[in-house]
Amino acid sequence: MGRASIRYAPAARWATVVALGAAVAVLTACSGDSYPQSTLHPLSDQTSAIDALYRHVFWWAVLVFVVVQTTLLVTLIRFRNRPGAAEPRQIHGSTLVEITWTLAPAAIIIAIAIPTIRTIFEVSGAAPAGALQVDVIGHQWWWEFRYPELGVVTANELHLPQGRPVALKISSADVIHSFWAPRLSGKRDAMPGRITRLAFTPDSLGTYLGQCAEYCGDSHANMRLRVMVSSPADFQAWVTAQTAAPAPSDSTQTLVLAGEDAFEKIRQPGNHSCIACHTIAGVSGGVIGPNLTHVGSRTTIAAGVLPNDSAAIARWLHDPSAVKPGSLMPTIDLTDQEIAALVAYLQSKK
Amino acid sequence: MGTTTIPHTETTAPVAPTGVWSWITTTDHKRIGVLYGVTAFIFFLLGGFEALIIRLQLGSPNNTLVSAEVYNQLFTMHGTTMVFLAIMPLSAAFFNFIIPLQIGARDVAFPRLNAFSYWVFLLAGLFINFSFVAGPLFGANGLSVAPNGGWFGYANLTSVQYSPGPNIDFWVLGLQILGIASLAAGFNFITTIINLRAPGMKLMRMPVFTWMSFVTQFLIITAFPVITIGLVFLLFDRVFGTTFYNVAAGGDVLLWQHLFWLFGHPEVYILILPAMGIVSEVLPTFSHKPLFGYAVVVYSGVLIGVVGWGVWAHHMFATGLGPIADSVFSASTMLIAVPTGVKIFNWIATMWGGRLEFKTAMLFAVGFVSMFIIGGLSGVMHASPPADLQQTDTYFVVAHFHYVLFGGAILGLFAGMYYWWPKVFGRRLREGLGKTHFWLLLIGMNLTFFPMHFSGLLGMPRRIYTYGADLGLNTFNLISTIGAVVTAVALLVFVYNIWASRHDRETEANPWNAATLEWSVSSPPPVYNFAVIPTVQSRLPLWVADGVTPATQPSVPPAPIHVPGGSHWPPLTAVGILIMGVGALLHHAFLPSLITALFGLAVTVVSIYRWAFEPFEV
Amino acid sequence: MSQAAAAHYTSTGLDSRKIAFWTFIGSECLLFGSLIATYLVYEGRSVSGPTTHDILNIPLTSFSTFDLLMSSLAMVLALAAVQRGDRVKARVALGVTALLGSVFLGLQAYEFTHFVREGLGFTTNLFGSTFFTLTGFHGAHVFVGVVWLTTLLVRSFQGKLGPEKALNVEIAGLYWHFVDVVWIVIFTVVYLIQTTPIAGT
Repeated sequence: MGRASIRYAPAARWATVVALGAAVAVLTACSGDSYPQSTLHPLSDQTSAIDALYRHVFWWAVLVFVVVQTTLLVTLIRFRNRPGAAEPRQIHGSTLVEITWTLAPAAIIIAIAIPTIRTIFEVSGAAPAGALQVDVIGHQWWWEFRYPELGVVTANELHLPQGRPVALKISSADVIHSFWAPRLSGKRDAMPGRITRLAFTPDSLGTYLGQCAEYCGDSHANMRLRVMVSSPADFQAWVTAQTAAPAPSDSTQTLVLAGEDAFEKIRQPGNHSCIACHTIAGVSGGVIGPNLTHVGSRTTIAAGVLPNDSAAIARWLHDPSAVKPGSLMPTIDLTDQEIAALVAYLQSKK
Repeated sequence: MGTTTIPHTETTAPVAPTGVWSWITTTDHKRIGVLYGVTAFIFFLLGGFEALIIRLQLGSPNNTLVSAEVYNQLFTMHGTTMVFLAIMPLSAAFFNFIIPLQIGARDVAFPRLNAFSYWVFLLAGLFINFSFVAGPLFGANGLSVAPNGGWFGYANLTSVQYSPGPNIDFWVLGLQILGIASLAAGFNFITTIINLRAPGMKLMRMPVFTWMSFVTQFLIITAFPVITIGLVFLLFDRVFGTTFYNVAAGGDVLLWQHLFWLFGHPEVYILILPAMGIVSEVLPTFSHKPLFGYAVVVYSGVLIGVVGWGVWAHHMFATGLGPIADSVFSASTMLIAVPTGVKIFNWIATMWGGRLEFKTAMLFAVGFVSMFIIGGLSGVMHASPPADLQQTDTYFVVAHFHYVLFGGAILGLFAGMYYWWPKVFGRRLREGLGKTHFWLLLIGMNLTFFPMHFSGLLGMPRRIYTYGADLGLNTFNLISTIGAVVTAVALLVFVYNIWASRHDRETEANPWNAATLEWSVSSPPPVYNFAVIPTVQSRLPLWVADGVTPATQPSVPPAPIHVPGGSHWPPLTAVGILIMGVGALLHHAFLPSLITALFGLAVTVVSIYRWAFEPFEV
Repeated sequence: MSQAAAAHYTSTGLDSRKIAFWTFIGSECLLFGSLIATYLVYEGRSVSGPTTHDILNIPLTSFSTFDLLMSSLAMVLALAAVQRGDRVKARVALGVTALLGSVFLGLQAYEFTHFVREGLGFTTNLFGSTFFTLTGFHGAHVFVGVVWLTTLLVRSFQGKLGPEKALNVEIAGLYWHFVDVVWIVIFTVVYLIQTTPIAGT
C-alpha cells in the first residue's frame, strides 16, 4: 500500500489547499444572511478591524502552510526508498540553515505582531464621548440590557441605533458568561464582581444573532441574544415605547384581565409566583427573571430559544425546564385556562 | 517483600517473575511502562467513546440523543480523560519503558516510587469515572454524577452555590490525586536522567526523546503545584466555605483562571513534547540519516518549556485584561511559534536527502509533522488578541487544539507504539493493518476537525449541547460527525492489529536498524536490561563505529546482576491516598467523612513507614 | 568495572536521593509561591471582618520566628553530630530541633485559636481564608518535619543512625531548612509588610 498511497498523498494535500481557498472565497462571497453568527461578515467598525487583521494573519498562515507542506511533500516523494538506493549522506546540521529558518519565521511574526498591537488598542473597549451607554448583565440563562441614560430595561434583545457608537458595560449576576454578537463585536466575558467593556458602532440595519460564549451551566447553549439595529428615528420610537407606562388593560378584554389577575395573584409553595421574580412596571418588582413590562414587543422569548407567539409562550409556561434544562424558573402548576389567560396578558404588554 | 538477588549461574540469566501478584508488586520500569500503556489506552478508548456520543449529538441541530445534563458531563469527562488519563499516561508509558534503556541504566532512580505513581494514576482514574454510576450514593436524580464543569472548571460555576452536587468534588479530588502521581514521577525521572546515565552518555549525547521527556518533567514539577493550590482553594470553598472564589466576599473569579492557566499552558507542552521526542527518534531511523540540527532541536525544546511559562493569559483574551497585558501575552505567544517552527524545519531537513522507508511508524511521524503545522498555524491566529476575540470559545479553538493534540500528540504516540512495539513485546504490529489504521485515522481526524475551523468562524461556540438550525452550521457538523465515526473505525483497526499479531514473533534486537541504546538489547529486553552497562562514545551509538562498548551485549551477563524484587507498599500507599480522597468526597456527612479520611491517612502513613524501612536495594 | 560498582555508578557522584529531594524542594517553591501570591493579591480586599492591622501579634510571631531559626541551628548541629558518629549529641540535637518545632506549632495553635476568638475564622473573609490556608500549609509542613525528626530520633536510639546514615539526616535537614526559609518569607510578607487596606472598594 505504501507507494500507491504516497502517490495519492500529493493529490490529497493540494486538494486541501484548493478546498481551503475555495471555501474561504465561497464563504466571503456568500452573504452573511446564510451565516447569521458569522465572524467573517462584519457589520461594525470593530468587527471590520478584527476581520481585516484576521485576513492579514490568515494569508501569512496560508503562505507558510503552502511552503512548508509543499516542501514536506516534495521531500517525501523525492527521497522515498527505491530499490538500489544508496545510503544517504549522514548530515548532522548546518548553522546557516538554522539561522535562516529562525529569522524568516521571526520576520513573519513581526509582520503579524505590528498590526495586531495596533488593532488591540483600536478595539480595546474605550468608547468615544457621546456613545450610547448600555449595561449588559448576564444571568443563567438570559441577558439583561439596561440603558441608564434612557431609563430602559429589557431582556435578550438589544436595540441600537445605526451609526452611533455604543459603549457596553458588561457584568454578571451569577457565573461567568460571555457576550457575543459576532457580526457586530468580538466577545467579552461577563463576570460577577467585575466590569468589562466593549465599544463598537453598528453600520447596517438589521437583526443580528448572538449567544453566550462561556460555558455557564446546563442551558449555556440556550442563552441566545438578538441585536436589532434600526435607524435613529426608529430607535427613538422604540425607546419611547419602552419607557411609556403600559396601557391599562381594556375592560372588554376578559382574557387579558384574567391573565393580569393570575399574574398578580398566583401563589404557590416555595415562593413560586410571577411577581416574586419578574418586574412589570406598576404591577410587580421582582428582579430574578427578565423584566416583562414590554415583553409583548419582543420577537422571541426564553433568551431567543422560542418565538414570541401564543403556542410558544404556553409551552414555556407549562414546563420551562423542558425548554431550557436547569431553568431557574420553576414549573408552576397552572391550568390550561390560566395559561391561556397569562399568554393573552403577556402578549398585551407591548 | 524486598530485596531478591536473583542468583546467577553460568547457563541462565535472571528472569522476571510471573503471576498477577508479581505485576501488582512490580518495581520493574518495563512492566510499569506496560501497565501505564494498557491502562492509558483503555482510558483513551473511553474518552473516544465520550467524543463519539458528543459528535452523534451534534450531528444535526436541535438533536435529542442526550440531554443537556448528560452532554455537559460528556464534554467535561472527554477533556479530563484525554488530558489526564490518556495522553499523559501514554507518554508516561514511554518514559517508563524507554528512558532507562536509552540512557544505559538498569531502571529508574526510585523503582518503588515509580510503581507508586502508576497505582495512584489507576486509582484516581477509577475514582473519577466511578462518578458515572455514583448518583444513587449521593441521592441524585440520575445514575451519573460525573463532573460537569468543563475540563477547565471555571469558578464560580464550580462553586457549591452553582454546582451543588458531588460532580465537581469528584473532579477536584480526582485531579488532586492524579497530581501526586505526576509529581512523584517527575522527581523520579529528573533524578534518573541526571544521575543514572551510563558512562559517556553526556547530556548532549542523549536521544531527543529522553531530552524532551526531561524538559517535560521539569514542566510537571513546576506547573502541578500551581493547579494543586488552585484546586485546594476550590475544595476549601466547597467543603469549608472559604472565600477564595467568593465574589460577595471580595474574591475574584479570575484568580482561578490565572492559577489554572499558569498550570494549563505548561500542561499543553507537557502533552506535546514527549510526542515531539518520539518523532525525533522515528524520523531519523526511517530516513537512514541522523536528526538534522540535534542541538537546535534540543535547545528549541528547552526554550519552548521555558517560554511556555510566559504565555498563560492568552487563554484569557476575552476577559478584558487591558491592551498592555494583551500585547505582552500576544508577543510571548507569537514568540513561541519560532522554536516550534524550527523543530518542524529540522524534521523536514532530516528527511531531505535521506532514504525514506514508509513503515507505519514513519507514516505516523510524518502525519504528526503535517498535522502539527496546521494546528500550529491556527495557534498563531489565536495569538492575535483582536482576532482571538472572535475565535476564542468557538469551534475554531476546538479545531486548533485537536490538530495539535490528536494530529500531533496522538499520532506521535502511535508512531511510538509502532516503533517500539517489537522492543516491548517481542513482536511487531502488522504493517498492512498498520497502514490501514494510519490512513483511516488521518482521514477521520481531518474530516472531524477541519470543518470545525469553519463552524467556529461562522459562529458556533464551544460546549453547547445543541445549536440552532438556522445558523448555517448543519453541514459542517454532519461532516465532523462522519469523521468521528471513521476515526472510531480506525481505532478498532488498531485494536484488531494488536489482537491479530499477538502470536507473531520478533527475534531481532534492532529490527529497524536504529541508532540508540534501547536497540542494543534483546526484544523484549532481559529483566536486567543490560548484561554489561555500556560505555557510550557517540550520540548515535549503534550507527557509529566504536559508538558504544561493548559493541554487542552478551546474551549472558558475565557477573551476577542484582535485580530488586517487588514491593506491595507502593500500591498500598496508593490505596491509602484513595481512601483519603473518598473521605473528602463524603464531606456532607461529617463523621463518616472524618473516619474514612483518618483511616486512609493511617493506611498511607503506615505504608510509607513500611516502605521506608523495608530492605530494598536498587 | 565490576557489576557491583557499576550498579552504584552515578553520573554526578551525588546520591540520587539528594538530587530527588532538591527537585521536590523546587516544586514546593511553586506550591508556596502560589499561596503567597494569592495572599498578596487578596491583601486589603476583604469587605468585612478583622484584617492584618487588627489582629496580627508581631511580638509573639517574632518569638516564634526566632524559635524556628534556632531549630535550624539545632538541625545543623544534629547533622554534624551524626556525621562524626557522636550519638549523644546527635540525639540531643535532633530532640531539640523537634522540640523547638513543636514549640512553633504550639504557638501557632495558640495564635489560631486566639484569632478565632477575636472573630477571624477560616471562612470569615479573604484575609481569614488566605492567611489560614497559607500558614496552615506551612504548619502542616512543620508538623511533618517534626514527625520525621522524631522518627530519626527513634532510629538513633535503636542504634540505626550511624555516620553511614548521615544522608538521611542531611535530607531531613534540607527539608527543615526549607520550611524555615518559607516561614521567613511568610513572616516578612504577612506580618512585617502590611499594606494599607484599599479604601472605598
